[in-house]
Amino acid sequence: MMMPSTDFEIIPVTVVTGFLGSGKTSLLLQLLANEAFGDTAVLVNEFGEVGLDNLLLSEVAPETVLLKSGCICCTIRGELSEALNDLFSRRQRGEVPAFKRVVLETTGLAEPAPIVSTLAADPVIRHHFRLAGVVTVVDAVNALDNHQREPVWLEQVSVADRLVLTKTDLVTDEAAQNVEAYLTTLNLVAPVIRATEQGLAADNLLIIGDLEGQVLQEVEGWKVSAVLPASFPIGPSVGGNRPEHLSHTQSFCLEFDNQIDWTVFGLWLSMLLNQHGSNVLRVKGLLNIAGYDAPVVIQGVQHIVHPPIHLSHWPNTDKRSRLVFITRDLNQHTIEDSLSIFANHLQV
Amino acid sequence: MCGLCGTLGGEQHWTVDGHVSQDSGFRRRERYRRIALANRILGMHRLKIEDFQGVSYVLSSATGKQEIVSDLGALWRVAETLSGTQFDPLDPLLLQQLQRGDR
Repeated sequence: MMMPSTDFEIIPVTVVTGFLGSGKTSLLLQLLANEAFGDTAVLVNEFGEVGLDNLLLSEVAPETVLLKSGCICCTIRGELSEALNDLFSRRQRGEVPAFKRVVLETTGLAEPAPIVSTLAADPVIRHHFRLAGVVTVVDAVNALDNHQREPVWLEQVSVADRLVLTKTDLVTDEAAQNVEAYLTTLNLVAPVIRATEQGLAADNLLIIGDLEGQVLQEVEGWKVSAVLPASFPIGPSVGGNRPEHLSHTQSFCLEFDNQIDWTVFGLWLSMLLNQHGSNVLRVKGLLNIAGYDAPVVIQGVQHIVHPPIHLSHWPNTDKRSRLVFITRDLNQHTIEDSLSIFANHLQV
Repeated sequence: MCGLCGTLGGEQHWTVDGHVSQDSGFRRRERYRRIALANRILGMHRLKIEDFQGVSYVLSSATGKQEIVSDLGALWRVAETLSGTQFDPLDPLLLQQLQRGDR
């Protein structure tokens, strides 16, 4: 029997999101059935009067807690804080086994940014829990439709550290590949993994374990610079026009040869996010900071930036700083020029 | 903690890199440099920040209005309220002033 732990370690929280019906619960059932995940607590955020998902998950994860108030963001914040605090208290009192990680399944209608913000900024939560990462489940059958019609789908995909493609067995291989390629264009930093893959590496998928190794592996893929195409190579078009919420969305990677002054960068990014945070769907970077031999990883969602992570070494001989943005109504060159001017001219 | 005012803890914001915070001298130097650099931008709209107890900042306007701000996350929002202008790093005018070395 697992003994209760009384030490105050920081517990990783993996957020699993994805639009309604994308297969989040099925994925969790598949992953958590593995014995290695027996020490996982699951929080389910369910929209509607009667929550069903927690009943399904209870079979494999007895410490499931249901958050009742679906997609209303400010309510989620309060409830999420309360649920996490309650879970931690019960763990410390020995009323529940000393779980080592938490998986939070959001409702399909949830905007992920307020959840990330709660984990990063809540003064109590941040001392006991840390965001391990966001896994977004994308349904290969309905990806285009959701993408065209639902602005929240784009936010869920943008915030992802891992994109899991489900229901690929219900579409042709070509269609599945097109969805994969499109997701890669949209979110340059998240590997796309098919849920049907044999031997799905659950620890990598849920972003637990060797954090540094996973980051170093991901960085290799951050080289593409892209503007979302006006039409998509998958499925039927919707009315032929590009929806408003997609018309000015860009995903791009900035690269800098010179070392970056951390203080100047902090001033610049904090100013940018204060003024334009709601249009910065995602920022993630590997930075070569003056005064450090090894790189620093930074990532943020809208107005929230997580504490920087210092890696022990560079993934390869390429020591340029790379900064990936997913933006709405913000031009790549405008951002690049601004950072460049700050870096070259903001001096004491 | 300050025995007189009861100020607790230190600045907790992502811009303050906790990785180097073991060295209090380095941390203090970085803090004063951060203040000096921020003042170059704030000075464009006649605002100024100063250190407060090593844990927060006092933001002042030219007319004597003052606000305490906890970190850079709050600084720009309060600066906009005090000055009635926006601090936008993408603003061409602000970038021109930086390039000219204005303050």
